[in-house]
Amino acid sequence: MSVLIIAEHDNIALKSATLNTVTAAQKLGGDVHVLVAGHGARAVADAAAKITGVAKVLLADDPIYEHGLAEPLSLLAVAIGRAYQAILAPATTSGKNVLPRVAALLDVAQISDVCAIVSPDTFVRPIYAGNAMATVQSKDALKVLTVRGTSFDAAKADGGEAVVETVTAAGNPGLSAFISQQVSKSERPDLTAARIIVSGGRGMGSQENFKLLETIADKLGAAVGATRAAVDAGFVPNDLQIGQTGKIVAPELYVAVAISGAIQHLAGMKDSKIIVAINKDEEAPIFQVADYGLVADLFQALPELATELSK
Amino acid sequence: MKVLVAVKRVVDYNVKIRVKADGSGVDTTNVKFTMNPFDESAVEEAVRLKEAGKVSEIVVVSMGTAQSQETIRTALAMGADRGILVASEAELQPLAVAKLLAAIVAKEAPSLVIVGKQAIDDDSNQTGQMLAALLGWPQGTFASKLVVDGGKAEVTREIDGGLETVALTLPAVISVDLRLNEPRYASLPNIMKAKKKPIETLSPADLGVDDAPRLVTLKVEEPQRRQAGVKVASVAELVNKLKNEAKVI
Repeated sequence: MSVLIIAEHDNIALKSATLNTVTAAQKLGGDVHVLVAGHGARAVADAAAKITGVAKVLLADDPIYEHGLAEPLSLLAVAIGRAYQAILAPATTSGKNVLPRVAALLDVAQISDVCAIVSPDTFVRPIYAGNAMATVQSKDALKVLTVRGTSFDAAKADGGEAVVETVTAAGNPGLSAFISQQVSKSERPDLTAARIIVSGGRGMGSQENFKLLETIADKLGAAVGATRAAVDAGFVPNDLQIGQTGKIVAPELYVAVAISGAIQHLAGMKDSKIIVAINKDEEAPIFQVADYGLVADLFQALPELATELSK
Repeated sequence: MKVLVAVKRVVDYNVKIRVKADGSGVDTTNVKFTMNPFDESAVEEAVRLKEAGKVSEIVVVSMGTAQSQETIRTALAMGADRGILVASEAELQPLAVAKLLAAIVAKEAPSLVIVGKQAIDDDSNQTGQMLAALLGWPQGTFASKLVVDGGKAEVTREIDGGLETVALTLPAVISVDLRLNEPRYASLPNIMKAKKKPIETLSPADLGVDDAPRLVTLKVEEPQRRQAGVKVASVAELVNKLKNEAKVI
């Protein structure tokens, strides 16, 4: 048995979600190979080769892979992946974009957001916003899985000595082209990797008020997150959204401010180790999952918290 | 230009679902069903393209039991022109749905297929991508903006790092996010009009598609529930607990 992982990267650095996927791949058993498809991505391949548990890295370096467009990347993954028993990718927006396309081209099912590997053909995944967990068995010879990062520990990024093999590009159907990217720049840690997250809901009221949260976040070295409602209201950009269809996070500490606790939001953060809820509505459902609840108005509590944390 | 929109009947997003005691699935008796919210945005976008004069006909497709006709009617009341129901009592998994849609695309020859990015019941987020693969078409997934012009679609996609814009050659498949638009409520006159719009019923066999499931659900369980913790009286007490009890800061 051997497993192919499609690496997540930006041509410069390997994204940490790849490390969690390596751990999931090891649970399937057999050799773990990593495919790095990119442009000028040699450093990414070298980083992947150092991951403990990776036996081989395949580097496809070509301008057509620079932006990870699903149309050319899926053709490559299919050409290479046919030789494997399983193809895995992190359940990120890139993995979710490409992997169903790969599965359909191979005429196999794709299993989304795998949270546990029961055996090489049986997996646990969340349904209904994580309000139920389904154990599914695949009848296909080749398994195609996206892996939920928060459910698997990260493999060690060093200690490995895999070989890097160059593979040729698989052609470009020429149906799609990259135009532009607006990537949010932030000094704060990445949401999916942050140890602490301070998150706000619609109750924050405005973009301006989110600054109160940012102050707290900076004192704690935390990332800032938000609910769909807060993003929809235009308070913060979409890449901060945590929930059923946003990012899935599981930090050591999650501070939910002015968040009511809709199931769609809980789906994205309920595996956090410690949850703190600050809400003026003591009936808010968020208190049912919070380890520590504070019934308070955010305009009083947040400045107080900032002062308290400075002590 | 013709647009095909696929819609799914799902348990309403407000329903607190219950797992059946025998672990065979989720209890869906006597619960409210509505159109998958992402599919509402897909229908809305198609209607807006029609109102802008870029689209001449909107065909809406749903699959499942006869009750999925209600979901098609909702789309017709929002402004779609006619419906197709692929009638099936069996479980239809994303690959099967994509194959059925591909067979309908072969019949209908639309220039654009718009689907919701994810259904809120199985949370798969696969059908649009699979359909694009089977058709050999480009895909614009997780769209928060769509501009269709001169045989091209420019799609702004919500990605983990922010936003990305891609250009696709039509025909193409678009999977939409909720921020693409705000779906309209159907007006009463339009609901009445929708009752007269045609819905064709087909079976997977009519379309020559093998819709057998590839995944067997062995069991469905409740997730681990968190226990509610304690209420603290002040910010100072909260910080104290986080420092000395939870030891996370």
